[in-house]
Amino acid sequence: MKRVYLDHAAATPVRKEVLEAMLPYFSKIYANPSSVYDLGTNVKRVLEEQREKVAELIGAGKNEIIFTSSGAEANNIAVKGAALANRKKGKHVIVSAIEHHSVLNSARFLERFHGFEVTFLPVDKYGLASVETLERFLTDETVLVSIMHGNNEIGTIQQISELATSCKERGIAFHTDAVATVGSIPVDVKELNVDLLSLSGPALGAPKGTGALYFKKKLRFVPLIHGGIQENGRRGGTENVPGIVGLGKAAELAISELSSKPLYLQGLRERLVSGILEKIPHVVYTGHPEKRLPGHASFCFEAIEGEALLFMLSRDGIYASTGSACASKALKTSPVLVAIGVAPEIAQGSVVFTLSHENNTEEINHVLEKLPVAVEKLRSFSPVWRKKMAA
Amino acid sequence: MKRIYLDYLASTPVAPEVFEAMVPYIKEHFGNPASIHSFGEKPQEAIFNAREQVASLLNSKPEEIIFTSCGTEGNNLAIKGIAFANMDRGKHIVISAIEHFSVFYCAKALEDFGFSVSFVPVDNYGMVDPKDVEKAITDNTILVSVMLANNEVGTIQPIEEISKITRKHGVFFHCDAVAAVGQIPVDVRKLGVDSLSLAGNIFYAPKGIGALYLREGVKLWPLFHGGGQEDGRRTGTENLPGIVGLGKAAELAVERLPFRQKHYKQLVQRLKKGIEDRIEEAFFNGHPEKKLPGNLNVSFKYVEGEALLLHMDLAGVAVAGASACMSITAKASHVLEAMGALKDGALGTLLFTVGDETTNDDIDRALEALQNVVAKLRAMSPLYNR
Repeated sequence: MKRVYLDHAAATPVRKEVLEAMLPYFSKIYANPSSVYDLGTNVKRVLEEQREKVAELIGAGKNEIIFTSSGAEANNIAVKGAALANRKKGKHVIVSAIEHHSVLNSARFLERFHGFEVTFLPVDKYGLASVETLERFLTDETVLVSIMHGNNEIGTIQQISELATSCKERGIAFHTDAVATVGSIPVDVKELNVDLLSLSGPALGAPKGTGALYFKKKLRFVPLIHGGIQENGRRGGTENVPGIVGLGKAAELAISELSSKPLYLQGLRERLVSGILEKIPHVVYTGHPEKRLPGHASFCFEAIEGEALLFMLSRDGIYASTGSACASKALKTSPVLVAIGVAPEIAQGSVVFTLSHENNTEEINHVLEKLPVAVEKLRSFSPVWRKKMAA
Repeated sequence: MKRIYLDYLASTPVAPEVFEAMVPYIKEHFGNPASIHSFGEKPQEAIFNAREQVASLLNSKPEEIIFTSCGTEGNNLAIKGIAFANMDRGKHIVISAIEHFSVFYCAKALEDFGFSVSFVPVDNYGMVDPKDVEKAITDNTILVSVMLANNEVGTIQPIEEISKITRKHGVFFHCDAVAAVGQIPVDVRKLGVDSLSLAGNIFYAPKGIGALYLREGVKLWPLFHGGGQEDGRRTGTENLPGIVGLGKAAELAVERLPFRQKHYKQLVQRLKKGIEDRIEEAFFNGHPEKKLPGNLNVSFKYVEGEALLLHMDLAGVAVAGASACMSITAKASHVLEAMGALKDGALGTLLFTVGDETTNDDIDRALEALQNVVAKLRAMSPLYNR
């Protein structure tokens, strides 16, 4: 059976070119980049080349990038590190209500264990944060605001530059989690006007175990991992050399594809979205209809459990997700859907499709053929649905 | 020119078996272990197996293993994590004077949060006296950290005796075993420690992966919060190929430990004897017997350390001066300083570490180069000519 993989937000295959670039750095070129002899300094030079590529992808300076082991680590460093470094200035942090768990729980950690006050910034029904609302919550004590660039569950893309500028005018550090956007749409840290930005390697087709944090030059943060001289003392630990080489290659590929990829993904997505809305009644298309990630389509199917629908789809060779893979085992109503005002009983029917450049029209057609059948079948068993139809 | 690599404690290559085990998890089984559909199954299974492999190397339970991105992260997670989680009981930490920088700077970072740190001295061999640890413990102490084997001089510490003391006083005990795991047997139950860190790239797994043993029931604050991977103790999408590689490397280590100990010991003896025979006024650092088999730390009088490293590199021998992690700071080794080995001054120190691939021929050629380099540098030294 043909497999149609539409869960690229959870995991993306490592790209062929990326793997090839990495291969020599396992068993052939293995010196520690901190070693002073030429075998070591050669590896160090390779690492710096990768740093330049990642910097170029997001319009940053080469010395404004540190490598991390994941997007979640980058989020943790940004939120805790920047807040703790400024704790003498103030102890108030604002994060949006629809942040990734790594940001939300970092903020809760600051609240619970370091005496910070945390505001969870409300968003509108599309998941958009507004400057007016943000400004209402800013105080003299606010030291950090973190609002994600593209949401992984509902696809909405925020107007980061407006939000960030409002904070910058007040001397408040601004972080954005750009794990979902980097590589998917053009991202430029200067245009966004942010102080900190997180990205993840797997989202770009680099291997798991890689990520990076952009921090504006001279911005202070407390490191999470103290140790040696690596990453200028901002992140200790022997560097994941093959992983970083993979991340650099993936960044290089992303740069060359950014002019064509978003349009291609958006075309596929529109086909999927309009097909679903046409063929299936009682579906909520969540997130913003236009300001969204090009390859992202998220829905709530009424009177259905998302998990059950996923199971049915997987029997047809279609793989999607109910929301964030990182919290898939928690089986709670998604806080993101709650924040945009989706009723809990409708939120139960959440299914998210995330596409990549490897998907094609034929695959989308396959989904449009199978999905309505699966929905109808599940609804035919559903007492909620029968009650609804009777009403 | 054929390069001779004698810096295995800075990094080993990835073993071919390890690499082969990893590749399918880069290529085919790329799913997110947290995914509930079938793409998540293989990854989940692979992580489960790797955890068992690492646990069996350390004689722990699988659920006592937390995967990290490196040894340094493991040390950070244990020291900050345990200290913060237990700060209601006290805010004093005891570490040895020869700990790795990741332990040292963690302890220093905790000072910013109201903790105090005491340092336990070492003797001329770089050995901690358990009695000194006991003396340093106060009512306010919650955590002791002493490394299993020192990464520079190789001295193996009396961990079992120290753990008896920490248990008696109800104090947690973290052990940095990065330099030891994969080279000598490490049994967490026997050692009696509460946490123990290891790094993959020291024993033939790739860079970017490590693990922390955390005894069941010990509480810690995570370094990374979020979606709850690793039982909520370490968030972030798992480094799946790295974890698979670490598991395989652990399995290889179990198999090869007897070979490694014998092979490394023989190579190091050959190197040591060669230096003794060929070069005068060379001093070996660390304990003569209670040490890592694959490690030789030697100081040469009338020679400057930087020049020694540079000329060895030019002669095609990759060897360390001290810890790679602090290489560019060009500071004297804090380990040798703590051992009182720097009193003479004007000493150039080299750290040789061998691996599975090292041959007698490599050792002989390194000796040849070393003899020439030392002679050349001494000829330029006004102190030596005097």
